[in-house]
Amino acid sequence: MNIGKDLVAASAVPLVLAILAEGESYGYAILKRVRELSGGKLVWTDGMLYPVLHRLERVGRIEGRWGRSDNGRKRKYYRLTEEGRGLLAERRQQWQVVDATLRGIWSGLPEPGGPA
Amino acid sequence: MEAETATQASDLEERIATWRAYLRRRQTIAADSDELEDHLRNQITALAESGLSPDEAFIVAVKRLGELDELTNEFAREHSERLWKQLVAPPGPGTDRPRRRRRETLTALGLAVAAGIAVKLPALLGFEPAGQEQMEWFYALNASLFVLPCLAAYFAWKRSMPKAPCTAVAAGFIAAAVAVNALPLNPEAATTMLAALHLPIALLLLIGIAYTGGNWASHHQRMNFIRFFGELVIYFVLIALGGGPLTAITMFLFMAVGLEVEWLAQEWILPCGAAGAIIVAAWLVEAKQSVIENMAPVLTRVFTPLLTLVLLAFLGTVAWTGGAIDIEREVLIGFDLMLVLVLGLLLYSVSARDPRSAPDAFDMLQLTLLLCALVVDAIALTAIAARISEFGLSPNKVAALGENLVLLVNLSWSAWLYVRFLRGKGAFDALARWQTAYIPAYAAWAALVVLGFPPLFGFV
Repeated sequence: MNIGKDLVAASAVPLVLAILAEGESYGYAILKRVRELSGGKLVWTDGMLYPVLHRLERVGRIEGRWGRSDNGRKRKYYRLTEEGRGLLAERRQQWQVVDATLRGIWSGLPEPGGPA
Repeated sequence: MEAETATQASDLEERIATWRAYLRRRQTIAADSDELEDHLRNQITALAESGLSPDEAFIVAVKRLGELDELTNEFAREHSERLWKQLVAPPGPGTDRPRRRRRETLTALGLAVAAGIAVKLPALLGFEPAGQEQMEWFYALNASLFVLPCLAAYFAWKRSMPKAPCTAVAAGFIAAAVAVNALPLNPEAATTMLAALHLPIALLLLIGIAYTGGNWASHHQRMNFIRFFGELVIYFVLIALGGGPLTAITMFLFMAVGLEVEWLAQEWILPCGAAGAIIVAAWLVEAKQSVIENMAPVLTRVFTPLLTLVLLAFLGTVAWTGGAIDIEREVLIGFDLMLVLVLGLLLYSVSARDPRSAPDAFDMLQLTLLLCALVVDAIALTAIAARISEFGLSPNKVAALGENLVLLVNLSWSAWLYVRFLRGKGAFDALARWQTAYIPAYAAWAALVVLGFPPLFGFV
């Protein structure tokens, strides 16, 4: 299944915030977590992850710090700020509304993939 | 076998180093490349564990990282093809890079020569204004119109600017040329001199549009234009420093064989050389590729503390002596220049600062400088307001006052954004965005002085 570009882009910010709400993390691990959560179905492309992280950091929603990886290399860890938590709560509510609306209508329609 | 693994490992390190060098040339912040390298290495390790060779792992990792970051995406697009070739065959001569570079050199030098010739074109075509003074005014008004279109053409070519912005920039230059040459060449008119001084400032906006390749809406591109402009000025001054002695030696050498060539220096070398030097300076700044690790921010670091000291000393003196500023005619211009200097220092420290790092002592200093400048300017303005109500408005005074206001608005809002940032209530990015958003204001005011003042003040 190929998820549309717009949808992937729209879900990027809430996903990053939610993953960081689980605890401090770094780029590669965030990506792995997304793959894990989506069963490999959600693929981030077109230069998304790092610009999203940097933008969120610039506007103060997340906070970066330099640490070390196990083999001693520099690694940048991110964690949620208070403002980020606020944004996450806001986004979560918005997505819940979208989700509930769609659920309401899906239930009345036949399953996709069945006989047309 | 062990030796082979070692070579492979050092090959991989070399490839990662190439990749980093590429990022360094492109990127604003060195810290980002550390982060991306960490990601790249994680990916390579994961791929190697699943059985890929280091070379293959590197290519796949670079490609995947390209999907996660715009900058590395460019690297992946540009390099993965060549990387495949490198894997199957050693790099041979005749890749397309040098050819492109040679073409750029030729274009830049060609445009530099064109700018030099443009300066002499009116004379070569037999255009001769009535008197000596008229001629000087003609050249003073048109100087920027000889050079800046060539500079715009260089960027339009280099950035492959789309047709619409190309047309807009060209139309801008043509409109400016028509408007300026419609002015009466009255050497006595203050508005003519003001137009000559303000035209280059207005035209800089067109250069900015060409520099961004028509993508003026992009904040990052506009910030790069600010960085570019600072370097351009420095390179131009350096070239001029070299040009002076060269001209002197030319005159000396010919004098030694009994030829007086001062006319050559004055009529040709100086004007044509200066025009060409602007294009060459722009090309050199571009050739350096990165407009980041540059000179203007260094000068900023040196002069911000010094100017702050001067302003504090001035304020101290004013407070000590009771604060009567002696208002002479040129005083307002002097305060304008002070604000321009403060703005320059602010601009080039903002342009070089990592917007994500926390406030530090230099930020405090910068804010102190801003506040001092605002207080000094407020003192000057009150003194001058009294003077203007006494003697009425002249074009010079209105122009100087307008500039003062344009700068004051910028610096006041900047100070406010700085305070917010230092108190942890706003991001530094807001300040940077304010600066890039404000660029058109300077051009708009300059255009008003060029186009609006002459009719407004009855061409005097």
